[in-house]
Amino acid sequence: MSVKVPKPLWTVVPFALLLILKPVLPNWAVTPPKSCLGGCADIDGMIPFVDWVNAAIKFLKKHEFLGAFTFRDMTRSMSDGIQILLDITEGILHEGFADFGVGAVPWIVLVGLAAIYGWYLRGWKLALLGGGCFFYLALFSKRGIWELSMQTLSAISVSAPIAGIIGLVLGIVAAKRLGFERILWPVLNVLQSLPHFSYLIIVAIFFGVGSKAGVIATVVFAFPPMARLTMLGIKNISPEIIEAGTMAGCTRKQMLFKVELPAARTELMLGVNQIIMQCLAMVVIASFIGQSGLGHDLLTRLQRLAIGQALEVGIAVVFIAIALDRFSQAVAGKQPDHIVHGPLWKRRPFACLALGFIAVTGVLSLVTPHIGQFPQHLTISTSIFWDGIVDYITLHFYQPLSIFRDAFLVYFLIPIKGAITWIPWIAVITLVGCIGWRLGGWKLLLLTCTFVFFIAASGYWVRAMITLYMVLVSLAICALVGIPIGIWASRRDWTTRLTQNICDTFQTFPSFIYLLPVVMLFQISDVSAIFAIIVYASIPIVRYTIFGLRNVPKDIIEAATTSGCTYRQTLWKVRMPMAFPEIILGLNQTLMFGLFMVMIAGFIGTVDLSQEIFRALTFNDGGKGLVIGLCVSFIGLTADRLLVAWSDRQKKAYGLT
Amino acid sequence: MKSDKLTKILGLATSAIAGVVMSVGVASADAVKIPTHNWSSQLVGAEILGRLFEMVGEEVEYIPMDSQTVYQAMCDNDIDLVHEVWQGAFGAAFEKVVGEGCVIDLVTHDAKTREEWWYPAYVKEMCPGLPDWKALDACADQFARADSGGKGVFIGGPVDWLKHDAEKVEALGMNFIVKNAGSAAAIWAELDSGIKQNKPVVIFNWTPNFIEALYEGEFVEFPEHDPACTEDPAWGVNPDALYDCGNPKGGYLKIGVSHDFKATNPKAFAVTQKINFSNLDIAKQSNYVDTDGMEVSAAAERWLEEHKEKWEPWITM
Repeated sequence: MSVKVPKPLWTVVPFALLLILKPVLPNWAVTPPKSCLGGCADIDGMIPFVDWVNAAIKFLKKHEFLGAFTFRDMTRSMSDGIQILLDITEGILHEGFADFGVGAVPWIVLVGLAAIYGWYLRGWKLALLGGGCFFYLALFSKRGIWELSMQTLSAISVSAPIAGIIGLVLGIVAAKRLGFERILWPVLNVLQSLPHFSYLIIVAIFFGVGSKAGVIATVVFAFPPMARLTMLGIKNISPEIIEAGTMAGCTRKQMLFKVELPAARTELMLGVNQIIMQCLAMVVIASFIGQSGLGHDLLTRLQRLAIGQALEVGIAVVFIAIALDRFSQAVAGKQPDHIVHGPLWKRRPFACLALGFIAVTGVLSLVTPHIGQFPQHLTISTSIFWDGIVDYITLHFYQPLSIFRDAFLVYFLIPIKGAITWIPWIAVITLVGCIGWRLGGWKLLLLTCTFVFFIAASGYWVRAMITLYMVLVSLAICALVGIPIGIWASRRDWTTRLTQNICDTFQTFPSFIYLLPVVMLFQISDVSAIFAIIVYASIPIVRYTIFGLRNVPKDIIEAATTSGCTYRQTLWKVRMPMAFPEIILGLNQTLMFGLFMVMIAGFIGTVDLSQEIFRALTFNDGGKGLVIGLCVSFIGLTADRLLVAWSDRQKKAYGLT
Repeated sequence: MKSDKLTKILGLATSAIAGVVMSVGVASADAVKIPTHNWSSQLVGAEILGRLFEMVGEEVEYIPMDSQTVYQAMCDNDIDLVHEVWQGAFGAAFEKVVGEGCVIDLVTHDAKTREEWWYPAYVKEMCPGLPDWKALDACADQFARADSGGKGVFIGGPVDWLKHDAEKVEALGMNFIVKNAGSAAAIWAELDSGIKQNKPVVIFNWTPNFIEALYEGEFVEFPEHDPACTEDPAWGVNPDALYDCGNPKGGYLKIGVSHDFKATNPKAFAVTQKINFSNLDIAKQSNYVDTDGMEVSAAAERWLEEHKEKWEPWITM
């Protein structure tokens, strides 16, 4: 190790030199120049990426392949197909099929079935939870939350399976063919870090608008984790299992379906869980291109400052997420039943119970109309209570917080912002290149420098640096807050469970809702934006810290205990260093969450890339939206590549691989 | 035998599903596609339009949409009409697609819109001489914030609404800076917080709007708008700059329709041509929801009930 000591220093020397030399650097080295590639008229940067993308969109829209159909005709017929599926789920859940005289599933049947299914999967606790979540939707349906929830649910019932199938197929192919994996991996990286607002226009052009377009946008965002986890699951199968399969004479098809996929079950179910989370995270944004349901309603209520009402809608989203998530986890953990012989009600007791329940409600519906619709006079709303809390906080906390806000702004944020935007771009690219070279050699250097160069050449350098400044400040605060919380939470089982539940809630709770109270407290300023980012981006660092600390091999902790370490010593000398690689990955995820939230914080009013993306939305400039989206994505990917390389090195150093 | 049965059942099931699909698909093929945005008057108005179209025998489909992306969708004939095109907020996006020829500028409502700097009533006591802009400028320091360098802060609309507030401040030599909110909701949050603290705020606001029903206040009076103000630097107080004047007091509110609307839904098109909302109509549509707390469909019904004489001629062919 001692040989490497001067090396980290050398990675910063060129950077420092360029900073010192800034006064004598030519202008083009300080801010990326504009060039005249492709005409000087109105190009934003060095290379006209925006024009290229727009030309490609136009080509795909107009050019007829084989003289018969355009690319857009193809995508449009795909969205017609999705519309067919949506018609079916919407018919079942909230519209009914008028042509057949069949109504939608009544609320009481859905609540009952959720409870029975929960009971079947894991017992009365899950029955209570599942039934309870759906009952909330009915009980709070004063403002139509039930219908809206069913619209949202019907969209998810289409997008989640599609995302699952795409992810599964791509994951399987990538696990079998190394060449395909090499192509797929970076594509997944870009898709996951691309801000949603950057491709809304493109989705609208090629897939139209409405719930079908919402489904497409959701699928794009939701399938990558599934593909990754499928790949991981199949690759992690121990060779003995595969050998056993080969010896038993499996064909390739049998091998895949009877051996590999069952063996990778844990990862696949985690993938399903991630898909559900991602789909619900898209509920609000998908409403920008026409998805009806809770998301659109939430935005409408926020627009007229009805924060309490919006909060109720947000809680509905969280409850749907919790119900679906717990069910999917229970399905994963369900052991196969023993085969019971006897009459039907003994072989399939729960199916019979469900059928019986439906029959009973069917009979009851002849007596009372409340089976079909939850009695309106029994619905409740807590929005006044929530509004009261928001009012109280803004009235009483504003003054004390304003001192903190102003000090934070003047002595901390403004100087940092100034410093980051002051750095010449040549210096930034040099620093990134040097770090990349040290951590991963020439390959990493080339990759990260390409990312940085793209941002510089696109013409949005200063904006990108402001985005970077907000994310970095948030990242630092998240680490300062999140790691101690993680350490505390990892100490006992109940603190771990509690913290993980809070993390789940905040991850699915639509973040738009807390933007407004934050503005009421901190005004329209970078403080507001950063505060909102921290609330959301702290989640992964807390999760990964817990995960890292709890997964330290038992024998190592025992060794520490037997050699007489105190709790404190074990934590700082043994467990923290061992968990370090996980914590770095947590930081990496925090950065990704931060970039996601920076774009949403644009609704507060920040002068960074998000503002440019909204401008692109106004002018229907699909190309500009995508290019700026790629800038955001590349900031994330640069940091991601460097942090992963660093984490790998640490793992090797501790012998963890 | 068993597999025979299975195929039969499967066959039945698929044909049943296909039947559902066909019937649903055919039914909604030519529905009028109306976008719904996120403010009350638009939501209520959309529902009113929808009901009128249904009265003449058209089918209607409501699609929630972002109010900016909707213009691309209308250009692609995915949306049939937008009935609240505000000059201030959406003029740029709208005029672009009209220029491309894929959207038709069909109706200009009687309603006139005004967008200007606005302050809640109590600010008048803190700044004697308001609503004159010079009085506002004279007490700019009261609007100062930690990061504004001693200058007053004006909360403007999102940058993509293309207001020329910064140019105005510059041209009039005001001691203010412009801080752009990222969304209308952020402006209201600022206003709400200011009112609770009884602290001076000046924000971007417009009429007709639900805010006037909730809070008292007025617009700042700048030098009267004149077309020359935005074209000829020599015009106005500052001989070297454009935008040394207020915003126009009679901004348009229009209905834009997609290029194919007339062909696909002629009956709805004929109705649309006659639709015309006044300021009062828009204000009522929004107040029913924002101040009276009605749900959107109830508000639409109430407006229709109270204004029969107005809309009945619209649907008579």
